[in-house]
Amino acid sequence: MRVKKNIAISETGFIFNPATGDSFTLNPIGLEILSFIEKNKKYEEIANTILEKYDVDSITFEKNYYDFIQMLKNNHLLEIE
Amino acid sequence: MAKPKYTIAVTGLNNTDNPGPGVPVIRGLREAETFDVRIVGLAYENLEPGIYMPNTTDKTYQIPYPSAGAEAFMKRIEYIHSREKLNCIIPNFDAELFTFMKNEKKLAQMGIKTFLPSIQQFEERHKANLPSFGEKYNIQVPKSIAVTNISDLSKINDKFDFPILVKGKFYDAYIVYNLEQLQYYFNKIASKWGVPVIVQQFIRGTEVNVVALGDGKGNTIGAVPMRKQYITDKGKAWGGITLSDEKMLEITHDLIKRTRWRGGMELEMIKTDDNKYFMIEINPRIPAWVYLANGAGQNLPEALVNLAMGIDVKPYKTYKTGIMFVRYSYDLIGDISQFEKLNINGEL
Repeated sequence: MRVKKNIAISETGFIFNPATGDSFTLNPIGLEILSFIEKNKKYEEIANTILEKYDVDSITFEKNYYDFIQMLKNNHLLEIE
Repeated sequence: MAKPKYTIAVTGLNNTDNPGPGVPVIRGLREAETFDVRIVGLAYENLEPGIYMPNTTDKTYQIPYPSAGAEAFMKRIEYIHSREKLNCIIPNFDAELFTFMKNEKKLAQMGIKTFLPSIQQFEERHKANLPSFGEKYNIQVPKSIAVTNISDLSKINDKFDFPILVKGKFYDAYIVYNLEQLQYYFNKIASKWGVPVIVQQFIRGTEVNVVALGDGKGNTIGAVPMRKQYITDKGKAWGGITLSDEKMLEITHDLIKRTRWRGGMELEMIKTDDNKYFMIEINPRIPAWVYLANGAGQNLPEALVNLAMGIDVKPYKTYKTGIMFVRYSYDLIGDISQFEKLNINGEL
Protein backbone atom coordinates (compact mmCIF):
# COMPACT_ATOMS: atom_id res chain seq x y z
CA MET A 1 0.00 0.00 0.00
CA ARG A 2 1.40 3.35 -0.95
CA VAL A 3 0.29 6.90 -1.69
CA LYS A 4 -0.53 7.23 -5.39
CA LYS A 5 2.10 9.04 -7.40
CA ASN A 6 1.40 12.68 -8.26
CA ILE A 7 -0.69 13.18 -5.11
CA ALA A 8 0.41 16.52 -3.71
CA ILE A 9 0.58 16.64 0.09
CA SER A 10 1.18 20.02 1.60
CA GLU A 11 2.60 20.48 5.09
CA THR A 12 -0.61 22.36 5.93
CA GLY A 13 -2.59 19.12 5.49
CA PHE A 14 -4.00 20.08 2.09
CA ILE A 15 -4.08 17.13 -0.31
CA PHE A 16 -4.55 17.51 -4.07
CA ASN A 17 -5.13 14.69 -6.52
CA PRO A 18 -4.26 16.12 -9.96
CA ALA A 19 -5.79 13.14 -11.76
CA THR A 20 -9.28 13.76 -10.40
CA GLY A 21 -9.10 17.41 -9.34
CA ASP A 22 -10.22 16.42 -5.84
CA SER A 23 -8.75 18.14 -2.82
CA PHE A 24 -8.96 17.24 0.88
CA THR A 25 -7.94 18.64 4.21
CA LEU A 26 -6.30 16.49 6.86
CA ASN A 27 -5.98 17.27 10.55
CA PRO A 28 -2.43 17.15 11.99
CA ILE A 29 -2.69 13.49 13.06
CA GLY A 30 -4.10 12.45 9.69
CA LEU A 31 -1.23 14.26 8.02
CA GLU A 32 1.29 12.60 10.33
CA ILE A 33 -0.09 9.13 9.54
CA LEU A 34 -0.20 9.83 5.81
CA SER A 35 3.41 10.98 5.89
CA PHE A 36 4.34 7.66 7.57
CA ILE A 37 2.51 5.77 4.82
CA GLU A 38 4.32 7.89 2.24
CA LYS A 39 7.61 6.78 3.82
CA ASN A 40 6.50 3.13 3.45
CA LYS A 41 6.30 2.56 7.21
CA LYS A 42 4.45 -0.59 8.33
CA TYR A 43 1.40 -0.53 10.58
CA GLU A 44 3.38 -1.69 13.64
CA GLU A 45 5.89 1.12 13.28
CA ILE A 46 3.17 3.71 12.84
CA ALA A 47 1.15 2.35 15.76
CA ASN A 48 4.19 2.35 18.08
CA THR A 49 5.00 5.95 17.25
CA ILE A 50 1.44 7.18 17.68
CA LEU A 51 0.78 5.18 20.88
CA GLU A 52 3.96 6.53 22.37
CA LYS A 53 3.31 10.11 21.38
CA TYR A 54 -0.46 10.45 22.01
CA ASP A 55 -2.91 9.47 24.71
CA VAL A 56 -4.68 6.67 22.84
CA ASP A 57 -5.07 2.93 23.46
CA SER A 58 -4.07 0.41 20.81
CA ILE A 59 -7.63 -0.83 20.08
CA THR A 60 -8.98 2.68 19.46
CA PHE A 61 -5.97 3.53 17.33
CA GLU A 62 -6.24 0.35 15.26
CA LYS A 63 -9.94 0.96 14.55
CA ASN A 64 -9.37 4.61 13.63
CA TYR A 65 -6.28 3.76 11.58
CA TYR A 66 -8.09 1.26 9.36
CA ASP A 67 -11.10 3.59 9.03
CA PHE A 68 -8.69 6.27 7.86
CA ILE A 69 -6.99 3.91 5.39
CA GLN A 70 -10.38 2.95 3.97
CA MET A 71 -11.25 6.60 3.58
CA LEU A 72 -8.00 7.22 1.70
CA LYS A 73 -8.71 4.24 -0.57
CA ASN A 74 -12.30 5.36 -1.21
CA ASN A 75 -10.96 8.70 -2.29
CA HIS A 76 -8.43 7.13 -4.67
CA LEU A 77 -5.41 8.38 -2.76
CA LEU A 78 -3.81 4.99 -2.08
CA GLU A 79 -2.83 2.14 -4.33
CA ILE A 80 -2.14 -1.43 -3.39
CA GLU A 81 1.30 -2.68 -4.39
CA MET B 1 10.13 42.01 -36.05
CA ALA B 2 6.88 43.94 -35.78
CA LYS B 3 3.85 41.88 -34.91
CA PRO B 4 0.99 41.82 -37.41
CA LYS B 5 -2.28 43.38 -36.35
CA TYR B 6 -5.41 41.41 -37.17
CA THR B 7 -9.00 42.51 -37.07
CA ILE B 8 -10.89 39.56 -35.68
CA ALA B 9 -14.65 39.22 -35.36
CA VAL B 10 -15.93 37.12 -32.49
CA THR B 11 -19.44 35.94 -31.62
CA GLY B 12 -20.68 34.55 -28.30
CA LEU B 13 -20.51 37.72 -26.18
CA ASN B 14 -23.24 36.41 -23.88
CA ASN B 15 -21.18 36.21 -20.71
CA THR B 16 -24.22 35.20 -18.71
CA ASP B 17 -25.01 32.20 -16.48
CA ASN B 18 -25.13 30.27 -19.77
CA PRO B 19 -21.91 31.74 -21.07
CA GLY B 20 -20.78 31.88 -24.65
CA PRO B 21 -17.08 31.49 -25.41
CA GLY B 22 -16.70 34.98 -26.96
CA VAL B 23 -15.30 36.87 -23.98
CA PRO B 24 -12.74 34.22 -22.95
CA VAL B 25 -11.70 33.85 -26.60
CA ILE B 26 -11.18 37.62 -26.76
CA ARG B 27 -9.12 37.54 -23.56
CA GLY B 28 -6.90 34.91 -25.17
CA LEU B 29 -6.55 36.97 -28.35
CA ARG B 30 -5.66 40.11 -26.40
CA GLU B 31 -2.92 38.15 -24.63
CA ALA B 32 -1.53 36.75 -27.89
CA GLU B 33 2.23 37.09 -28.18
CA THR B 34 2.41 36.64 -31.94
CA PHE B 35 -0.03 39.34 -33.08
CA ASP B 36 -1.97 42.40 -31.98
CA VAL B 37 -5.71 42.59 -32.42
CA ARG B 38 -8.65 44.81 -33.07
CA ILE B 39 -11.71 42.96 -31.85
CA VAL B 40 -15.05 43.29 -33.56
CA GLY B 41 -17.86 41.82 -31.51
CA LEU B 42 -20.80 40.23 -33.30
CA ALA B 43 -23.88 40.19 -31.09
CA TYR B 44 -27.30 38.66 -31.55
CA GLU B 45 -28.90 40.27 -28.51
CA ASN B 46 -28.50 43.87 -27.37
CA LEU B 47 -27.81 42.95 -23.74
CA GLU B 48 -24.97 40.50 -24.28
CA PRO B 49 -22.55 41.61 -21.53
CA GLY B 50 -19.46 41.35 -23.76
CA ILE B 51 -20.73 44.34 -25.74
CA TYR B 52 -20.37 46.58 -22.70
CA MET B 53 -17.43 45.01 -20.88
CA PRO B 54 -14.30 47.18 -20.81
CA ASN B 55 -11.26 46.07 -22.85
CA THR B 56 -13.31 43.43 -24.61
CA THR B 57 -14.53 44.51 -28.04
CA ASP B 58 -13.28 47.59 -29.89
CA LYS B 59 -16.55 47.78 -31.80
CA THR B 60 -19.67 45.66 -31.78
CA TYR B 61 -22.21 45.02 -34.51
CA GLN B 62 -25.55 43.35 -34.18
CA ILE B 63 -26.06 40.45 -36.54
CA PRO B 64 -29.26 38.59 -37.47
CA TYR B 65 -29.90 35.12 -36.12
CA PRO B 66 -29.00 32.35 -38.56
CA SER B 67 -32.71 31.52 -38.59
CA ALA B 68 -33.23 34.78 -40.53
CA GLY B 69 -31.55 33.02 -43.46
CA ALA B 70 -28.00 32.77 -44.75
CA GLU B 71 -28.54 35.59 -47.22
CA ALA B 72 -29.45 38.21 -44.59
CA PHE B 73 -26.65 36.89 -42.40
CA MET B 74 -23.99 37.13 -45.12
CA LYS B 75 -25.21 40.54 -46.21
CA ARG B 76 -24.64 41.81 -42.71
CA ILE B 77 -21.17 40.23 -42.58
CA GLU B 78 -20.37 41.87 -45.95
CA TYR B 79 -21.42 45.24 -44.55
CA ILE B 80 -19.32 44.77 -41.41
CA HIS B 81 -16.37 43.65 -43.55
CA SER B 82 -16.69 46.74 -45.72
CA ARG B 83 -16.30 48.85 -42.60
CA GLU B 84 -13.80 46.82 -40.62
CA LYS B 85 -11.72 44.84 -43.15
CA LEU B 86 -11.94 41.66 -41.13
CA ASN B 87 -9.00 39.24 -41.26
CA CYS B 88 -10.68 36.43 -39.39
CA ILE B 89 -13.98 35.39 -37.79
CA ILE B 90 -14.25 33.05 -34.81
CA PRO B 91 -17.84 31.83 -34.49
CA ASN B 92 -18.62 30.44 -31.06
CA PHE B 93 -22.16 29.10 -31.20
CA ASP B 94 -23.14 25.63 -32.33
CA ALA B 95 -26.28 27.03 -33.93
CA GLU B 96 -24.40 29.45 -36.21
CA LEU B 97 -21.55 27.15 -37.18
CA PHE B 98 -23.38 25.56 -40.07
CA THR B 99 -23.98 28.95 -41.71
CA PHE B 100 -20.31 29.86 -41.34
CA MET B 101 -19.15 26.48 -42.66
CA LYS B 102 -21.50 26.71 -45.64
CA ASN B 103 -20.13 30.15 -46.46
CA GLU B 104 -16.49 29.40 -45.69
CA LYS B 105 -15.41 29.79 -49.33
CA LYS B 106 -17.40 32.95 -49.79
CA LEU B 107 -15.83 34.42 -46.67
CA ALA B 108 -12.38 33.36 -47.91
CA GLN B 109 -13.02 35.09 -51.24
CA MET B 110 -13.84 38.23 -49.29
CA GLY B 111 -10.51 37.85 -47.48
CA ILE B 112 -11.98 36.63 -44.19
CA LYS B 113 -10.25 33.57 -42.76
CA THR B 114 -11.95 31.00 -40.56
CA PHE B 115 -10.72 27.76 -39.05
CA LEU B 116 -13.70 25.48 -38.81
CA PRO B 117 -14.43 21.78 -38.94
CA SER B 118 -15.74 20.44 -42.25
CA ILE B 119 -19.47 19.90 -42.63
CA GLN B 120 -18.85 16.15 -42.53
CA GLN B 121 -16.93 16.45 -39.25
CA PHE B 122 -19.64 18.71 -37.88
CA GLU B 123 -22.48 16.40 -38.87
CA GLU B 124 -21.04 13.08 -37.83
CA ARG B 125 -20.32 14.14 -34.25
CA HIS B 126 -23.89 15.41 -33.73
CA LYS B 127 -25.47 14.12 -30.52
CA ALA B 128 -27.99 12.23 -32.62
CA ASN B 129 -25.15 10.44 -34.46
CA LEU B 130 -23.05 9.67 -31.38
CA PRO B 131 -23.54 5.86 -31.47
CA SER B 132 -22.30 5.56 -35.07
CA PHE B 133 -19.53 8.07 -34.34
CA GLY B 134 -18.37 5.94 -31.41
CA GLU B 135 -18.39 2.84 -33.56
CA LYS B 136 -16.55 4.49 -36.44
CA TYR B 137 -13.78 5.95 -34.29
CA ASN B 138 -13.64 3.21 -31.68
CA ILE B 139 -14.76 5.39 -28.79
CA GLN B 140 -16.93 4.21 -25.94
CA VAL B 141 -20.22 6.14 -25.92
CA PRO B 142 -23.41 5.74 -23.90
CA LYS B 143 -26.35 4.11 -25.63
CA SER B 144 -28.55 6.80 -27.14
CA ILE B 145 -31.36 7.28 -29.60
CA ALA B 146 -32.68 10.30 -31.45
CA VAL B 147 -36.42 10.74 -30.89
CA THR B 148 -38.57 12.85 -33.17
CA ASN B 149 -42.02 11.87 -31.98
CA ILE B 150 -43.28 11.89 -28.40
CA SER B 151 -45.25 8.69 -29.02
CA ASP B 152 -41.92 6.85 -29.44
CA LEU B 153 -41.17 7.49 -25.78
CA SER B 154 -43.82 5.08 -24.51
CA LYS B 155 -41.63 2.11 -25.47
CA ILE B 156 -38.50 3.59 -23.97
CA ASN B 157 -38.53 1.08 -21.09
CA ASP B 158 -37.62 -1.65 -23.57
CA LYS B 159 -34.38 0.10 -24.39
CA PHE B 160 -33.30 2.01 -21.27
CA ASP B 161 -33.46 1.83 -17.50
CA PHE B 162 -34.26 5.03 -15.62
CA PRO B 163 -32.67 7.41 -14.87
CA ILE B 164 -32.20 8.60 -18.44
CA LEU B 165 -30.65 11.73 -19.86
CA VAL B 166 -32.73 13.78 -22.26
CA LYS B 167 -30.90 16.34 -24.38
CA GLY B 168 -31.58 19.03 -26.97
CA LYS B 169 -29.73 18.76 -30.26
CA PHE B 170 -27.77 21.93 -29.52
CA TYR B 171 -28.18 22.68 -25.82
CA ASP B 172 -30.00 21.61 -22.64
CA ALA B 173 -29.84 18.30 -20.81
CA TYR B 174 -31.97 16.91 -18.01
CA ILE B 175 -31.91 13.74 -15.94
CA VAL B 176 -35.34 12.12 -15.77
CA TYR B 177 -36.48 9.37 -13.45
CA ASN B 178 -39.79 8.28 -15.01
CA LEU B 179 -41.80 8.41 -18.21
CA GLU B 180 -43.84 11.46 -17.17
CA GLN B 181 -40.69 13.51 -16.59
CA LEU B 182 -39.26 12.25 -19.88
CA GLN B 183 -42.35 13.37 -21.80
CA TYR B 184 -42.37 16.74 -20.03
CA TYR B 185 -38.72 17.47 -20.88
CA PHE B 186 -39.10 16.09 -24.40
CA ASN B 187 -41.76 18.74 -25.04
CA LYS B 188 -39.76 21.45 -23.31
CA ILE B 189 -36.62 20.73 -25.33
CA ALA B 190 -38.43 20.10 -28.63
CA SER B 191 -40.24 23.44 -28.40
CA LYS B 192 -36.95 25.27 -27.79
CA TRP B 193 -34.44 23.46 -29.99
CA GLY B 194 -36.62 21.37 -32.28
CA VAL B 195 -36.31 17.66 -32.91
CA PRO B 196 -34.66 15.22 -32.70
CA VAL B 197 -34.40 15.11 -28.95
CA ILE B 198 -31.69 12.77 -27.73
CA VAL B 199 -32.48 10.12 -25.15
CA GLN B 200 -29.29 8.78 -23.63
CA GLN B 201 -28.24 6.14 -21.13
CA PHE B 202 -27.20 7.75 -17.86
CA ILE B 203 -23.62 6.83 -17.00
CA ARG B 204 -22.72 7.23 -13.34
CA GLY B 205 -19.37 8.89 -12.80
CA THR B 206 -17.53 12.18 -12.89
CA GLU B 207 -17.90 14.52 -15.84
CA VAL B 208 -14.56 15.52 -17.27
CA ASN B 209 -13.90 17.73 -20.27
CA VAL B 210 -11.12 18.52 -22.68
CA VAL B 211 -10.65 21.68 -24.72
CA ALA B 212 -8.58 20.92 -27.80
CA LEU B 213 -7.50 22.31 -31.14
CA GLY B 214 -6.87 20.21 -34.23
CA ASP B 215 -4.92 21.44 -37.25
CA GLY B 216 -7.02 19.56 -39.81
CA LYS B 217 -4.12 17.25 -40.67
CA GLY B 218 -4.52 14.95 -37.70
CA ASN B 219 -2.30 16.86 -35.28
CA THR B 220 -3.41 18.09 -31.88
CA ILE B 221 -2.14 21.63 -31.45
CA GLY B 222 -3.27 21.86 -27.85
CA ALA B 223 -5.39 19.99 -25.33
CA VAL B 224 -6.20 20.67 -21.69
CA PRO B 225 -8.39 18.39 -19.53
CA MET B 226 -10.57 19.85 -16.81
CA ARG B 227 -13.11 18.82 -14.21
CA LYS B 228 -16.01 21.06 -13.34
CA GLN B 229 -15.90 21.84 -9.63
CA TYR B 230 -18.99 23.97 -9.43
CA ILE B 231 -21.91 23.57 -11.80
CA THR B 232 -24.85 25.93 -12.28
CA ASP B 233 -28.41 24.68 -12.43
CA LYS B 234 -28.01 24.88 -16.23
CA GLY B 235 -25.14 22.41 -15.98
CA LYS B 236 -22.55 25.04 -16.87
CA ALA B 237 -19.14 25.15 -15.26
CA TRP B 238 -18.89 27.97 -12.74
CA GLY B 239 -15.58 26.66 -11.46
CA GLY B 240 -13.11 24.09 -12.73
CA ILE B 241 -9.62 22.72 -12.37
CA THR B 242 -7.08 21.34 -14.86
CA LEU B 243 -6.30 17.65 -14.50
CA SER B 244 -3.32 15.43 -15.10
CA ASP B 245 -5.02 12.63 -17.02
CA GLU B 246 -3.02 10.80 -19.66
CA LYS B 247 -5.97 8.70 -20.75
CA MET B 248 -8.09 11.76 -21.57
CA LEU B 249 -5.23 13.20 -23.61
CA GLU B 250 -4.74 9.89 -25.38
CA ILE B 251 -8.45 9.76 -26.32
CA THR B 252 -8.27 13.37 -27.55
CA HIS B 253 -5.11 12.90 -29.64
CA ASP B 254 -6.49 9.71 -31.10
CA LEU B 255 -9.83 11.29 -31.99
CA ILE B 256 -8.21 14.31 -33.63
CA LYS B 257 -5.85 12.03 -35.55
CA ARG B 258 -8.62 9.76 -36.82
CA THR B 259 -11.09 12.53 -37.68
CA ARG B 260 -8.39 14.99 -38.84
CA TRP B 261 -10.35 17.49 -36.81
CA ARG B 262 -10.00 21.11 -37.91
CA GLY B 263 -10.61 23.84 -35.35
CA GLY B 264 -11.53 24.05 -31.71
CA MET B 265 -13.45 21.36 -29.90
CA GLU B 266 -14.67 20.35 -26.50
CA LEU B 267 -14.91 16.71 -25.54
CA GLU B 268 -17.32 15.90 -22.74
CA MET B 269 -16.72 12.56 -21.07
CA ILE B 270 -17.88 10.62 -18.05
CA LYS B 271 -15.15 8.88 -16.10
CA THR B 272 -16.61 5.94 -14.18
CA ASP B 273 -15.34 4.66 -10.84
CA ASP B 274 -13.61 1.79 -12.62
CA ASN B 275 -11.73 4.28 -14.81
CA LYS B 276 -13.68 3.84 -18.03
CA TYR B 277 -14.31 6.88 -20.20
CA PHE B 278 -17.58 7.41 -22.06
CA MET B 279 -17.77 10.21 -24.60
CA ILE B 280 -21.09 11.96 -24.07
CA GLU B 281 -20.71 14.93 -26.36
CA ILE B 282 -18.34 16.55 -28.84
CA ASN B 283 -18.82 20.27 -29.20
CA PRO B 284 -17.41 21.53 -32.50
CA ARG B 285 -16.05 24.79 -31.14
CA ILE B 286 -14.04 26.33 -28.36
CA PRO B 287 -15.92 26.08 -25.02
CA ALA B 288 -16.67 28.97 -22.67
CA TRP B 289 -14.04 27.75 -20.17
CA VAL B 290 -11.20 28.07 -22.73
CA TYR B 291 -9.51 30.80 -20.70
CA LEU B 292 -8.57 28.12 -18.17
CA ALA B 293 -6.33 26.66 -20.88
CA ASN B 294 -4.66 30.09 -21.18
CA GLY B 295 -4.11 30.03 -17.45
CA ALA B 296 -2.58 26.58 -17.76
CA GLY B 297 -0.18 27.71 -20.50
CA GLN B 298 -2.00 27.03 -23.77
CA ASN B 299 -3.41 30.01 -25.64
CA LEU B 300 -5.69 28.09 -27.97
CA PRO B 301 -7.53 31.13 -29.46
CA GLU B 302 -4.13 32.54 -30.49
CA ALA B 303 -3.13 29.21 -32.03
CA LEU B 304 -6.47 28.98 -33.85
CA VAL B 305 -6.03 32.42 -35.43
CA ASN B 306 -2.49 31.57 -36.53
CA LEU B 307 -3.75 28.35 -38.13
CA ALA B 308 -6.52 30.33 -39.85
CA MET B 309 -3.90 32.77 -41.17
CA GLY B 310 -1.95 29.84 -42.65
CA ILE B 311 0.91 30.09 -40.17
CA ASP B 312 2.57 26.92 -38.93
CA VAL B 313 1.83 26.43 -35.25
CA LYS B 314 3.96 24.26 -33.00
CA PRO B 315 1.79 21.98 -30.84
CA TYR B 316 1.67 22.72 -27.14
CA LYS B 317 3.21 19.78 -25.31
CA THR B 318 2.58 20.71 -21.69
CA TYR B 319 0.17 22.53 -19.44
CA LYS B 320 -0.03 23.17 -15.70
CA THR B 321 -2.28 20.97 -13.60
CA GLY B 322 -4.15 22.26 -10.55
CA ILE B 323 -4.99 25.55 -12.30
CA MET B 324 -8.47 26.69 -11.34
CA PHE B 325 -11.08 29.11 -12.57
CA VAL B 326 -14.07 30.52 -10.77
CA ARG B 327 -16.60 32.65 -12.61
CA TYR B 328 -18.27 35.63 -11.02
CA SER B 329 -21.11 37.97 -11.77
CA TYR B 330 -20.47 41.68 -11.79
CA ASP B 331 -22.76 44.62 -12.36
CA LEU B 332 -21.57 46.79 -15.21
CA ILE B 333 -22.91 50.31 -15.16
CA GLY B 334 -23.77 51.70 -18.56
CA ASP B 335 -25.66 54.62 -20.00
CA ILE B 336 -28.89 54.39 -21.95
CA SER B 337 -27.11 56.14 -24.83
CA GLN B 338 -24.97 53.03 -25.41
CA PHE B 339 -28.07 50.91 -25.57
CA GLU B 340 -29.70 53.48 -27.85
CA LYS B 341 -26.76 53.45 -30.29
CA LEU B 342 -26.81 49.69 -30.52
CA ASN B 343 -30.58 49.58 -31.00
CA ILE B 344 -30.85 52.39 -33.53
CA ASN B 345 -27.62 51.88 -35.49
CA GLY B 346 -27.02 48.19 -34.86
CA GLU B 347 -23.48 48.97 -33.81
CA LEU B 348 -21.60 50.34 -30.82
